Amino acid sequence: MTFDWGYAWEILPAILRGAVVTIKLGLAIYAVALVGGLILAVVRLALTPALAHAVDQFTSFIRTTPPLIQLYVPFFILPQYGIVLSAEVTGVAVLGLHLATFTSEVYRAGIEAVPRTQWEAAIAIGLDPRRTWMRIILPQAARKVVPPLGNYLIGTIKSVPYLAVISVQDMLGTALNEASLSFRYYEPIALVGALYLVMSLIAAELVRFVERRYAAV
Amino acid sequence: MQLEDLGLWRDIASALSKSLFITIEVTVLASLVALCVAFVAGTAQLAPWRPVRWLARVYIETFRGTSALVQLFVMFYVLPLLGLRLSPLMVGVVGLGLNLGAYGSQVVRAGIVAIDRGQRDAAVALGLTGWQTLRRIVLPQAIPLMLPPFGNELIEMLKATSLVSLIALTDLTFAGNLFVEQRGHALDVYTALLFTYFILALPLRSLTRHLERRTRLIAGGLSDLATERPI
Repeated sequence: MTFDWGYAWEILPAILRGAVVTIKLGLAIYAVALVGGLILAVVRLALTPALAHAVDQFTSFIRTTPPLIQLYVPFFILPQYGIVLSAEVTGVAVLGLHLATFTSEVYRAGIEAVPRTQWEAAIAIGLDPRRTWMRIILPQAARKVVPPLGNYLIGTIKSVPYLAVISVQDMLGTALNEASLSFRYYEPIALVGALYLVMSLIAAELVRFVERRYAAV
Repeated sequence: MQLEDLGLWRDIASALSKSLFITIEVTVLASLVALCVAFVAGTAQLAPWRPVRWLARVYIETFRGTSALVQLFVMFYVLPLLGLRLSPLMVGVVGLGLNLGAYGSQVVRAGIVAIDRGQRDAAVALGLTGWQTLRRIVLPQAIPLMLPPFGNELIEMLKATSLVSLIALTDLTFAGNLFVEQRGHALDVYTALLFTYFILALPLRSLTRHLERRTRLIAGGLSDLATERPI
């Protein structure tokens, strides 16, 4: 059996539609991860030590267990309780939360990396806590978290194929669908691999551009 | 009711325990592959010959640029048509090993680069060859720095092994899915699965934290490296 260019050409439009779904879902997961991680980081700083410890335990549980199984939990269980969410919404929420436990560490590291003296100076010139955060700490922390968060964008796009497992028609889901109709796995899967490579090279270029412009050296 | 519950948990435990070995086997073997590949590709990136650096970059960009799940599918479905037929276990071990090896290579590279330039200059002054410098001077100092990020990679490897269930390898996740298909009880089974993976990762996690504390004392560590790949 050889690579059938005719068949590959025939399924290309469907795979490209899947690629658009992949990009959309990837961006949605990324948005959940960015916002969720910030909430987690700030909540942890604001809570009492005991509560912060509890949040810590929860997030490390999420971090150290496979996202694949985390997807199965709501997908198979919520409908038993009459809660029917689309596979897309379930997937974006679960993978977004999984990634948020990682981004929250980035935010924390970014905030901790602001030198102690910056806080002291803010107190010395009589700034209140809100202004200290908004004017002094967060602007400096933000520049430090740009490179790692940029890398997460690429990582996020690569997590989207997991959703194919819960029947989302992303690029991989579409390919598996086509393959099950034609019994040819070669062309659809090879196309997905190649398109992923193209997407990630473009994304890496974009991230590098943003880094050059906004990141602290 | 209580007794039935107990019976259910015993059934789940026995169904999962048979596959526990496969998950551990894939984790250990793929980690060994990843470690070897990481050292080769990591040092190759710093090699004085352009084609070697170029080859390393192509490998790293390819495996970091595409999804691990897609890589497994490519190896499983596409390679046989090129005349290379691998067993599901081989696909899992080689596929995950190459995937995580690409990330590990960045840890190796950063570890080597983190060693002070002066150490290398001193080695040149002493008349050591490039290979001797790497083996006797740079790596002994760099490896301790690499250990914590490698620990994180091991945890990622354990998580990633759940993907092999999708290429028909009967690991923990596969056994859990099979149980749910045949008998239901999705909530109990998947909760049990999550906790099993969590418990398997516990020793790796405490080891990583211990190493992180130690390397931070030595040289600030390379703690930022592990933030590159979340899934």
